[in-house]
Amino acid sequence: MNAAEAPPLDLEQLYRDSNVREAIDALDRELVGLAPVKTRVREIAALLLVEKLRRTVGLAAASPPLHMSFTGNPGTGKTTVAMRMAAILHRLGYVRKGHLVAVTRDDLVGQYIGHTAPKTKEVLKRAIGGVLFIDEAYYLFRPENERDYGQEAIEILLQVMENQRDDLVVILAGYKDRMERFFASNPGMASRVAHHIDFPDYTPEELFAIAGLMLEQMQYRLSDPAAQALREYIALRRTQPHFANARSIRNALDRARLRQANRLFEGRSGSLSREMLATIEAGDIRASRVFGMMKEKA
Amino acid sequence: MRLTQGTFSFLPDLTDAQIRAQIEYCLQNGWAVSVEHTDDAHPRNVYWEMHGNPMFDLRDAAGVMAEVEACRKTFPDHYVKVNAFDATHGWESLRLSFIVNRPRHEPGFGLVREEADGRNIRYTTRAYATDSPEGERYRV
Repeated sequence: MNAAEAPPLDLEQLYRDSNVREAIDALDRELVGLAPVKTRVREIAALLLVEKLRRTVGLAAASPPLHMSFTGNPGTGKTTVAMRMAAILHRLGYVRKGHLVAVTRDDLVGQYIGHTAPKTKEVLKRAIGGVLFIDEAYYLFRPENERDYGQEAIEILLQVMENQRDDLVVILAGYKDRMERFFASNPGMASRVAHHIDFPDYTPEELFAIAGLMLEQMQYRLSDPAAQALREYIALRRTQPHFANARSIRNALDRARLRQANRLFEGRSGSLSREMLATIEAGDIRASRVFGMMKEKA
Repeated sequence: MRLTQGTFSFLPDLTDAQIRAQIEYCLQNGWAVSVEHTDDAHPRNVYWEMHGNPMFDLRDAAGVMAEVEACRKTFPDHYVKVNAFDATHGWESLRLSFIVNRPRHEPGFGLVREEADGRNIRYTTRAYATDSPEGERYRV
């Protein structure tokens, strides 16, 4: 084809028409940090848009495999991003329905011989047209037990990931080191997962920003001393065991709400204002066990 | 004789694309879709064999289409139908049921006259195909 005769291709137009910008903007706005994740999501969106454009001018455009692996510590936003990813892929027309089916080993692997295949297939049928999110995927493979049925589930998964690429996207998630071991012992799986996305831990500032977003959603606000207390809390909590990033922050806020409610209840003889109902004071946060432990040490 | 049971049975056979669109409609309404088959399609035989469990919580027709395809492959000379069950309170019954596969040759039904008391005659219908035992019917 003569380049001069070809109609101009408008990627910008396609981008606007696909409504994918809203989804990506929402991802930017509502999720704090996660720079590498956002970059990768944008790359995938760009790839799919370009593929679409290639198809309109008759260039070869095989739909690229989009099975992914999300690795990272607990509470770094793997499930949330998976949900957003389903919406983005739907808007780009890669999956037909754009829902997310989140499962773990229990939902895929059966208890007796012959129980696994129907169970796995049923889950796959539910996920078709959307995204299948397998949390802690490495539990599927138990090398210490050669008669484990997990292997059967993996084989069915592999078959579907290969043959029904247009029908669903599989996202495997879990801790980084264990996922690496899982892929090392399942080369078939490793070669079919095109995108490995690592979720970094949040910095204290990011955690504070996340807390702000969460409080905004729950329609609470922090008094200035409470904000300072929360900053100190985050710094302390990060150094403690079982720290689960955003999830720990959510739990801390939930407990602060509990204490706030209790405080208001204790002083119920006085009059309450709307402002008081919405405000979390420094005391609500400082009563946390985390501060107590620091004093014990000191 | 062409078997006319269920929805769309007086129309030409649905194409796969049309079947998929119908299933898509069922899923949009939140109905549970199931696949059944039989080689004894007498109008009074309401219990066909189930091909797998009814499928709940599906979002896309591709899963059902795979089951339909599997059933056709296993029983190419059986009648296969797709049922959509509505579980909402007050309905709790089939909302849609249509045939998606039929044998190449359908011999139809014969009228049987039985002489009863006095000069009474009782009538019933009998499928020619059921002359042969199960599994050997509708062989061409």
